[in-house]
Amino acid sequence: MSDNKKRRHMNHDAYPDNYIRGILNSVKSIAMVGASPVNVRPSYFAFKYLAQRGYDMIPVNPGHVGKELLGKPFVASLSDISRPVDMIDIFRNSSHILPVVEEALTLDPLPKVIWMQLGARDDVAAAKAESVGIKVVMNRCPKIEYGRLSSEISWMGVNSRTLSSKRAPAPTQGMRLSLNRMSVGGGDTAASDRAAKNKSEQS
Amino acid sequence: MSDRLPGFATLAVHAGAQPDPTTGARATPIYQTTSFVFNDADHAASLFGLQAFGNIYTRIGNPTNAVLEERVAALEGGTAALAVASGHAAQVVVLQQLMQPGDEFIAARKLYGGSINQFTHAFKSFGWNVVWADPDDISSFERAVTPRTKAIFIESIANPAGSITDIEAISTVARKAGVPLIVDNTLASPYLIRPIDHGADIVVHSLTKFLGGHGNSLGGIIVDAGTFDWSTGGKYPMLSEPRPEYHGIRLQETFGNFAFAIACRVLGLRDLGPALSPFNAFMILTGIETLPLRMQKQCDNAKAIAEFLAGHPAVASVSYAGLPSDKYHQLARKYAPKGAGAVFTFSLKGGYDAGVSLVSKLQLFSHLANVGDTRSLVIHPASTTHSQLDDAAKIKSGAGPDVVRLSIGIEDKEDLIADLEQALGA
Repeated sequence: MSDNKKRRHMNHDAYPDNYIRGILNSVKSIAMVGASPVNVRPSYFAFKYLAQRGYDMIPVNPGHVGKELLGKPFVASLSDISRPVDMIDIFRNSSHILPVVEEALTLDPLPKVIWMQLGARDDVAAAKAESVGIKVVMNRCPKIEYGRLSSEISWMGVNSRTLSSKRAPAPTQGMRLSLNRMSVGGGDTAASDRAAKNKSEQS
Repeated sequence: MSDRLPGFATLAVHAGAQPDPTTGARATPIYQTTSFVFNDADHAASLFGLQAFGNIYTRIGNPTNAVLEERVAALEGGTAALAVASGHAAQVVVLQQLMQPGDEFIAARKLYGGSINQFTHAFKSFGWNVVWADPDDISSFERAVTPRTKAIFIESIANPAGSITDIEAISTVARKAGVPLIVDNTLASPYLIRPIDHGADIVVHSLTKFLGGHGNSLGGIIVDAGTFDWSTGGKYPMLSEPRPEYHGIRLQETFGNFAFAIACRVLGLRDLGPALSPFNAFMILTGIETLPLRMQKQCDNAKAIAEFLAGHPAVASVSYAGLPSDKYHQLARKYAPKGAGAVFTFSLKGGYDAGVSLVSKLQLFSHLANVGDTRSLVIHPASTTHSQLDDAAKIKSGAGPDVVRLSIGIEDKEDLIADLEQALGA
């Protein structure tokens, strides 16, 4: 299947592992919209994890301009970022996704990927982004997916749905991990994803 | 990297395991340690706050146990799993996440006697009220639903008689009631039945039985199917509400479709404490590698022995869903086409006394209270596993006074049949 065909027909209920793997292997800079400086919020520790795995992280939150998140200065909006960004990771509810995507579509150059966090899904916004060739992931967490494909998450009894007979290095701080393990399943999604979809349709 | 799906036997050997990063050891090492050092204070705080992947203390997680957890999750088709000290511990930990005092759960009447006892007596003191339903009458589950119902609990293949439960029909009742379906898959193992494929939301096992398979190590496991939405209606506050123990984290929001397994770990196992020894996890993992081979042989042996018993003049009846004449045969063909399991019952024309005599004369079958061993086992449920039930409940659960239960091992079936023949004949 060609990349183009894949993009047009992306099934947002079940992403092939190769789609997620390709994104996480190729993007270098990630702007996180809704990044929180509160260290018990999921956005904070996803930001921290992705930074530790070597991504160039940019926190976007208008309420915290002038402050830093783990040494990275907050910016108010996507258009305030003065350099190209590979991926926009949106930590907002489904009902707040569309304006962020619309702003992302005004960037030059365009981002390669728009990622909506676990629980967040907006099919209209996704279709707009995909129509200009941007890859979209919805209702997933990049930290969980990175941890899953590298099998780092297996420490918590989570089914990584990958296998490998290779000896991997023990992960240390700041190390990029190999995501090229053999996939067991195609990344099925289940009721929790359907529930998020139903919610976004209701709201 | 292709997204090709490996088969069951490949997963049974590989899932969750990889060469040890430090030493290159290919077999999964036994990490026989209570605790794990932190890199620094920030790392420690991140681990305690559920913000980073890693190990803290073996009561919460252990690398050997984690391999076992991922392997069983993969075999069952779940999102994550949690290993605990026993099948009974798995049941307590699961229900602790779902039940508040005064809540109810519906359970199939045909269950392992120890579960009936745990649900009836031990859970009553927690204020968790079991309501019994008849797995042969699906409408009895519908009638048992009330606003306080929080879960439905069944066995896929039910102890002691090896009867097959219509998982899909009961999962429809659970979905309509808005509660998760919990399936104890101990007697089937995922080799024969994968309850998640038929609508289960949570699967539990006694690992002690067919998964471990060698009668040497206790263990239990909880598998999260990732299928249930815990956020609706505030019915499951352990999953949906901010947890004060973890600085206000909401588990479903943070962990998505494996939040239930995380709740069982960080709220259940951490606070109730029934941790599995890493040594037991290692023994059970080794057992699982041969699960497909053992289970098929045990099913094939069981069918041959059930056929032999059905034709024996001293035998009044045989309950084995693998026999075409059995009441559960159609369900067995649907749910367990590879075999109807290796645990079943039969009754003797000579009643209780004949049962006692049979057990005493057997020389290969071991008289003990377990199932799912490589060795063939025999027991008289009415006086042992189901002895705490009254006579009416014994009969309802398939453990009447004339009933003998067998668990068939991997020996040569001719030797097992010869042993039964001499014990029945003399």
